Amino acid sequence: MNEKVDLGRRRLLTAATVGTGAIGVAFAAAPFIASWEPSARAKALGAPVDVDASKLEAGQMLKVVWRGQPVYVIRRSKDIIDHLGDHNGVLADPNSDDSLQPAYIKAAGPARARNPEFWIGLAVCTHLGCSPLGAFEPNNPVQVAGADLGANWPGGFYCPCHGSKYDLSGRVFKNQPAPKNLTVPSYAISADAHVVIGVDDAAKTA
Amino acid sequence: MAAVPESTPSGKSGGFLGWIDERFPLSVLWKSQVAEYYAPKNFNFWYLFGVLSLVVFANQLVTGIFLTMSYKPSSAEAFNSVEYIMRDLDWGWLIRYMHSTGASAFFIVVYLHMFRALMYGSARKPRELLWIFGCVIFLMLMAEAFMGYVLPWGNMSFWGAQVIVSLFGSLPVIGGSLVEWIRGDYVIADATLNRFFALHVAAIPLALVFLVIAHLMALHEVGSNNPDGIEIKKKKGPDGHPLDGIPFHPYYTVKDLVGIAGFLLIFCAVIFFAPTFGGLFLEAPNFDPANPLQTPPHIAPVWYFTPFYAMLRAIPSFAGTQVWGVLVMGGAIVVLFFVPWLDRSPVKSIRYRGPLYKIALAIFVVSFVTLGVCGLKPPAGIYPLLAKIGTGLYFAFFLLMPIYTKLDSYKPVPERVT
Repeated sequence: MNEKVDLGRRRLLTAATVGTGAIGVAFAAAPFIASWEPSARAKALGAPVDVDASKLEAGQMLKVVWRGQPVYVIRRSKDIIDHLGDHNGVLADPNSDDSLQPAYIKAAGPARARNPEFWIGLAVCTHLGCSPLGAFEPNNPVQVAGADLGANWPGGFYCPCHGSKYDLSGRVFKNQPAPKNLTVPSYAISADAHVVIGVDDAAKTA
Repeated sequence: MAAVPESTPSGKSGGFLGWIDERFPLSVLWKSQVAEYYAPKNFNFWYLFGVLSLVVFANQLVTGIFLTMSYKPSSAEAFNSVEYIMRDLDWGWLIRYMHSTGASAFFIVVYLHMFRALMYGSARKPRELLWIFGCVIFLMLMAEAFMGYVLPWGNMSFWGAQVIVSLFGSLPVIGGSLVEWIRGDYVIADATLNRFFALHVAAIPLALVFLVIAHLMALHEVGSNNPDGIEIKKKKGPDGHPLDGIPFHPYYTVKDLVGIAGFLLIFCAVIFFAPTFGGLFLEAPNFDPANPLQTPPHIAPVWYFTPFYAMLRAIPSFAGTQVWGVLVMGGAIVVLFFVPWLDRSPVKSIRYRGPLYKIALAIFVVSFVTLGVCGLKPPAGIYPLLAKIGTGLYFAFFLLMPIYTKLDSYKPVPERVT
């Protein structure tokens, strides 16, 4: 046996062994970390939902379920769209600063929509999670049974549980139990009004 | 060392114990860690909370193991299995209340244990690593308690998990996918519950056991601090033992038994007469099953998290993100790790410190309790303002510590413990 130990060589070999081992550990860890990602089943159940909204007339609404939550798709008339910004004074969060929505929805102003004709939002009252009812006719205070929507009703939603009122962009009125505007999910909408709820960009999933 | 000696070495006991000692250092460990571990003779009431944490930890392990025998970690069955434990299982209610009350008791004794360290300078050199192990234990304990609170799958479990997991979503760039990774789904779901169960009953308790062992090893290496903040190892008698030290066993084992008995009296009174403690230990909305479509009117964490929750809410969103509140809340824990180096005073114990530290510590306690109350209340009226002030004072205590501990006046420290 050689009495002299080549320390430099030993150090190099030790470092190489440790380095190789560390890379191996990193690779071996990958499956365990990946196992925490949503499973194939969860992905299937949470997949984007396709809605054809082209058959909707102005003033009509579609209800679809996405990830276990009800989503409303409504079509608004040109007259409604033009006047969405007129009643900001009675709203709690007219610019949706405290509410949940993708950035492009917040940037869209009072319409809160990618295409102002179609408003899409979660039908989950931000107060206690009830589903608000549609009360789309402007200036008609008695269209929801048992509720007085008050004068100058701009058209919108009324929550039957605790009386929260929202406008046709899902923006909540002042002094209501609900603290925030209705949440708008990510969605993409094509020129022919096909809506894909749950993605920001329909082309990516196609 | 490899071969077992054929005859009993002199100085060691024979018989069964001798047989073991030749194969495992049982007597050596007993002597070095217990019978001949010399602890300062002047321990007071505040030195009970270390051993009480061990008692509560043992309680959590034993009751937890028995709860897993009847609990079912699936979103379809979890809530009903807890009700089954409470109503149908013989003595199930007792085991579950021991576990749920134990969680709150754990934080009470750990908070008092940490306060003791701040009072007597127990984090200071040479106990920095001991303190850091303790901080990691505290962090692990928070994770353990949070995940445990999700398991009954009540409505507060669900929405508490929703809020806390969403915190990670405020981190820039990675936030969204990180939250999905933690949940294993697009909402808090079965996958989330199941993995929290695994972490709560296996991974974190295992880590806690090792951390507690490391904490105790570090303690027995450097020796305990004491209310005078004097190193008793500096004055040793002719036998090599500290003059102001007494063996842990039998002196402190007996003393601690009295403390444990007193603690158990209170602990049992809560279990038997006020297990929900007026909604503080078990919140009312958690007696409803988890409902993803209905948020409870007011989401508040269990009391031991409320000081940190209040900090989270006290910081407004800024530059379009709420990450600042999350960073402040995380910073409130991180700053604890630096206490041994933030404190610049020449003495350890509050007994020999001047008025500045005493006032600072008093303000700190008041701000921590105030934050705790703010976190329980809805963010309306006076509470948001109080929470902001409390957050400021909490951080001021730590970040200004190098300044006021230097400016402070000090009394001379005696040579021996008093």
